Amino acid sequence: MAGTGFLTTLSRGFERRLPLIVVSPLFALSLFFVYGFIAWTVWISFTKSGVMPVYDLSGLAQYERLWTTPRWYVALKNLFIFSSLFIGISMALGIVLAILLDQRIRVEGVIRTIYLYPMALSFIVTGTAWKWILNPGLGIEKLVRDWGFPDFTFDWLVNPDYAIYTIVIAGVWQSSGYAMALFLAGLRSVDDEVLKAAAIDGAGAWRTYTRIVLPSMRPVFLSVVIILAHLAIKSFDLVVALTGGGPGYATDMPATFMYAFAFQRSELGMAAASAVMMLATICAIIVPYLYSELRGARR
Amino acid sequence: MRARRTSGIVHRSGPGAWLLRGLLFTILGLFCLYYLFPLFVMLATSVKSLAEIREGSFLAFPRDISFEAWAKAWGAACVGVRCDGLQPYFMNSVMMAVPAVLLSTTLGALNGYALTKWRFPGADIIFALMLFGAFIPFQVVLLPMARTLGELGLAGTVPGLILVHTVYGLAFTTLFFRNFFIGVPDGIVQAAKVDGAGFFGIFFRIVLPMSLPAIVVTVIWQFTQIWNDFLFGVAFTVGDSNPVTVALNNVVNTSTGVKEYNVDMAAAIIAGLPTLLVYVVAGAYFVRGLSAGAVKG
Repeated sequence: MAGTGFLTTLSRGFERRLPLIVVSPLFALSLFFVYGFIAWTVWISFTKSGVMPVYDLSGLAQYERLWTTPRWYVALKNLFIFSSLFIGISMALGIVLAILLDQRIRVEGVIRTIYLYPMALSFIVTGTAWKWILNPGLGIEKLVRDWGFPDFTFDWLVNPDYAIYTIVIAGVWQSSGYAMALFLAGLRSVDDEVLKAAAIDGAGAWRTYTRIVLPSMRPVFLSVVIILAHLAIKSFDLVVALTGGGPGYATDMPATFMYAFAFQRSELGMAAASAVMMLATICAIIVPYLYSELRGARR
Repeated sequence: MRARRTSGIVHRSGPGAWLLRGLLFTILGLFCLYYLFPLFVMLATSVKSLAEIREGSFLAFPRDISFEAWAKAWGAACVGVRCDGLQPYFMNSVMMAVPAVLLSTTLGALNGYALTKWRFPGADIIFALMLFGAFIPFQVVLLPMARTLGELGLAGTVPGLILVHTVYGLAFTTLFFRNFFIGVPDGIVQAAKVDGAGFFGIFFRIVLPMSLPAIVVTVIWQFTQIWNDFLFGVAFTVGDSNPVTVALNNVVNTSTGVKEYNVDMAAAIIAGLPTLLVYVVAGAYFVRGLSAGAVKG
């Protein structure tokens, strides 16, 4: 009898610890594959690793090299141009479309589906389409020339000074519907009573939106900026599909820079240093945001 | 009568309102064209002949519809030096996406359930730490992952990709299920505990049947993410084990021989078709996924 009692206690104890037993291995996976790997990359960024990793620390040498590499500055400049235009235009389009769609339209579901479908597609797929549309010999340039403007030139895709803007064009096309969906959800969450009160006060549509609706959506704007910034910093597929980082490395971004140094040039130290810079940028944006979100959720 | 929403520019009647309404629909319609035209260009180009592509405009409707380019893209286009079309790579993507989606969703559901309904000291911190994994730029794990896959003997294989997608999908699926389970009243679980039901009993008999919406959202989201992935595919696989996105990029960038734009476009549509179908069939759930797990890129 004592034996079964012991077994019951044991199984009760096991049962009580089951949640922890389930979570622990998953947490361990995350510790290893996220935090362990980040630690490894950070360590390597402080070494002289080339083709093979070496583990002797050598200070900030890789970072000094990184910040004296012209190609890194090209990548940063491109990231800056791309993300400011991408975020700005996507948000402007997104909020306008969301407001227009919020006018009690019967076919809203269909229109929303059309605006948002690019998000379901891989950047590689849509990049292939845009590469074709922007191709000077066969796409828009040829179309306009055939219309009777033989001098029309639209060669941004192959022009080192303008190629980055083609990535903006394709990126905005792909993600503005997403911004629209987020804004639309925000508009729907504005209290109807407030809107009724504004209508009774005789506030016009413009005033209602600029004075009441949009200011109350400030958290939504913040979320959209952060989501789009996150997309922009990580953009890799779109660049590869559209320009391959070229012409030359004119459209390089940090993500493609890191990939090139890691897998094509086999300079692990530099690749790690650039990856750490990317992580630091994302952390500066995401950590405060997550912190406030989690705290907000708990309250 | 439906509740009238007061928001909106147009809620008066009269000719002015009709005009505004007309303008509104014109603008919305033009934007529909803007979002649809690249898809139209892909479809139209994929059924044109090369001669027609060179002569005509890229916006023109096809004169003679031919599916030769589709057949070639599927079965005979050259990816690098191998000329079997996209088919084997499409199968790679299926073999990769299905297990990775099932694994990451199952583990995420269990994890989210344990973290919300069986709260133990440190649960919040564990969640926060795991959540961070959904937002890191994956560049920061590429190098150690490549080495780890090598150590495990999984370098350049589809099972290797399954592991990668499961591990990095986990943070996200956990977030989804946690957010869903937080809305499930604790009373239901407490009552079942009093009745003597255990951790897994409650999970399978009570929690799981009521979380169908969360499961659908997560599965759709994970499938889209994993199918569309390019970074992991290009970094961790070579040649025969490439997923379809990587193979598509190789088809498009193959520089040998005559450039066959119709084959490129057909290949792009084939590679995009599974996620597009999922989106058309279950678009509402997809939208929910986008806003719930907003920050994953």
